[in-house]
Amino acid sequence: MGNPDQPDDTKRDWAVTVEDGIAKSNEPVSSAVADPAAATRRHEPHEPPRETLPEKLYEARKSIHNKRIDGPFRRFKWFVMLVTLGIYYVTPWLRWDRGPYAPDQAVLVDLANRRFYMFGIEIWPHEFYFVAGLLIMAGIGLFVITSAVGRAWCGYACPQTVWTDLFQHIDRFVDGDRNARIRLENAPWTWGKVFRRGFKWSIYLAIGFVTGGAWILYFADAPTLCRDFFALEAAPVAYITVAVLTLTTVTLGGFMREQVCIYMCPWPRIQTAMMDEKSLLVTYKDWRGEPRGSVKKAAKNPGQFGDCIDCTQCVQVCPTGIDIREGPQIGCITCALCIDACDKVMKDIGRPRGLIDYATLEDCEREAAGEASKPAWRALLRPRTMVYFTIWAGIGAALLFALGVRTHTEMTVAPDRNPPFMLMSDGSIRNSFTLKIRNMESRPRDMEIALDGLDGGVMWTDAIGRDEAAATQTVTVAADQVRTIRAYVMAPRDAKTQDFAFTVTSLDEQRESDRVETRFDAPETQ
Amino acid sequence: MANKRIDQPTGTETVGHEWDGIEELNTPLPRWWLWTFYLTIIFAIGYVIAYPAWPMIDRATSGMLGWSSRGALAQEMTAADRAQQSFREQLAAIDVVKLRDNPELMQRAVAGGAAAFKVNCSQCHGSGAAGSQTLGYPNLNDDDWLWGGDLAAIHYSIDRGIRQPDDNEKRQSVMPAFDGAFDSAQLDAVTQHVLSLSGNADPSAAGAQIYADNCAACHGPAGQGDRVQGAPRLNDQIWLRGGTAADIKRQILNPKMGAMPAWGERLDPVTVKMLTAYVYSLGGGEEAQAEISDSAETQPEAEAGNDGQP
Repeated sequence: MGNPDQPDDTKRDWAVTVEDGIAKSNEPVSSAVADPAAATRRHEPHEPPRETLPEKLYEARKSIHNKRIDGPFRRFKWFVMLVTLGIYYVTPWLRWDRGPYAPDQAVLVDLANRRFYMFGIEIWPHEFYFVAGLLIMAGIGLFVITSAVGRAWCGYACPQTVWTDLFQHIDRFVDGDRNARIRLENAPWTWGKVFRRGFKWSIYLAIGFVTGGAWILYFADAPTLCRDFFALEAAPVAYITVAVLTLTTVTLGGFMREQVCIYMCPWPRIQTAMMDEKSLLVTYKDWRGEPRGSVKKAAKNPGQFGDCIDCTQCVQVCPTGIDIREGPQIGCITCALCIDACDKVMKDIGRPRGLIDYATLEDCEREAAGEASKPAWRALLRPRTMVYFTIWAGIGAALLFALGVRTHTEMTVAPDRNPPFMLMSDGSIRNSFTLKIRNMESRPRDMEIALDGLDGGVMWTDAIGRDEAAATQTVTVAADQVRTIRAYVMAPRDAKTQDFAFTVTSLDEQRESDRVETRFDAPETQ
Repeated sequence: MANKRIDQPTGTETVGHEWDGIEELNTPLPRWWLWTFYLTIIFAIGYVIAYPAWPMIDRATSGMLGWSSRGALAQEMTAADRAQQSFREQLAAIDVVKLRDNPELMQRAVAGGAAAFKVNCSQCHGSGAAGSQTLGYPNLNDDDWLWGGDLAAIHYSIDRGIRQPDDNEKRQSVMPAFDGAFDSAQLDAVTQHVLSLSGNADPSAAGAQIYADNCAACHGPAGQGDRVQGAPRLNDQIWLRGGTAADIKRQILNPKMGAMPAWGERLDPVTVKMLTAYVYSLGGGEEAQAEISDSAETQPEAEAGNDGQP
């Protein structure tokens, strides 16, 4: 290009740019054939407008009617859908015996009592780092998945994908396959269409209701809540939650669908930044497919056409309605249904499968250069994926370790600061402490509190009278509770300000204990 | 706009700006997004009609629903009061001496009393109820009580006050001033005897005689005090107004006696009960004497008359 300080005044046709002696069009073309530099070519500031275009501020929604397809990836998608939906709907009904003092629901987020139960694990609010750790694992897990297999989360396991898939099956069940659905959409609103739409949307609503209904079961005893819900005796928040989730499920899964992935979800953008040329993605192998031509044309002109016969099966089966042959794009959730579709067509016309396939960009280049392709699983084993996986597994192991060694008996001690000490009638000195003893077992436990390192010290509590004052006291802490105890510690009149400790020991076979250092205050003049 | 062109790989128009060769695609917004924008405008119109919105000269438009933040606060306060209603009713119904039989109620009463104490009592007794030796406000944490430390006695003291000029016959007592009654040697002797009662000085025979003649009637022969009259114990280590010889002499010659308002006249009965529970719970609470709990059980109405008399 020219020097910006000396713009040349010669009229040029900017619809066509000339670079390296080759005229190039500014017209949109498929990235399958576009020059890679087209995306990055510098546009000099002094250059006049290249093309004046009519303003197009908003884009109308293009409805998507994806065609039914069968194949290994579709079957895998069915499998993931069954597993994820099964986990979601069935989990609240699983029972887990925890004895008489704790709920018997296997997975329960007990917000009212601030406990989280998951099978054999019980989390208290102060142990929220376990939940934080799980969330970090989920985050890094997405890193692992993305760097290894690209947007597999988007394609198979994301709730948006799973429910969209479910709703698309409902569409097919009620209205028929792609062509029938297109016909029906374009048809005028006859009573028949009204009835069909009403029927379909009723199923949407039912699915939305079941989805929202299952959600609240995680927060209370499922059978009880279910009965209360239909007897109209449940808390208002239950009905509000179900209503909101029914609405969001129907809106997002039934109507918004791919619009969520393309416009609303931040994850595709983040993943775009995390993928590299070694990540697996669904790719159209343009060096093999282009130029496109029908089987007849190819038969007439051998060697002039690629393998793609432009049957657009890949576009028709796509749940987000994109053309994978334009290359990787934000709308592609890598569900691989286009692979199933293309493989089927290739099999029918007797060409090798894999015109559209999981591949890394690096492998694509190598294949295009004529080298042998590497199996896709090799893409999983590379340092970046390994490092992510190691971090992920390390956090998981640390969490498990922390879970294994955590004690179910804990104590905190808060000394009274006002007054720090006081004189008793006989001249001895008393300090007051607030002890909180935590029993994390699902059964009541006797615990022994003892003074350690306070000579002549005795204590009594708000429940144990002064006449029973002693250096150790036994208290009962209710199952799965924190007991707050006012401890009055008294030392003889010549006691000095000194450090000592409270110890607590569970009086059962576990003999769990905790020890808290604290301070005994005494008048300075003594 | 200048420099608009169509990006080759995406087929999308650029916005026409360029920063060091970086251009931005002008991807058109989905039309439904525009509709959600219109929906928010419609929502805003409804909101402005329903809720306070337009600022006027001294207040905003009030809105059709009549909502106000003050109103919401009042509603929440009422709801909180209502939530406490049953607890207050239970507390009003229960005899204060039986409060300990109901640990849950006791616990709530202590919590409520702690709050009421900070508002009404901490000015003299201190926020930690440690009192003040300089000013003669008793420490409520220890095991020394002027007028009795069981629930009934504490309740009576709070309810009727100390040394209040009314028809209350209890909690009334005056220690006479002995200024001029003793000469210097006698004063020294009696002071030494008072200190010896708690083992803080050697016994003094002269002092013991003066003590027996002048003091023992109220403070007891061994200095054990008398809770009926609020005469402090002299044979312990707790000194309300200081335990040095000079402090004691000053108190003999020109005694100062504490007074406390009758809180029953200022606070509702439930709050007085909560304060009782709190003061009792500070660590010095005593078991009620047998005959008192008996009489309280048999004739609850007579509670006040029998209280605080160990």
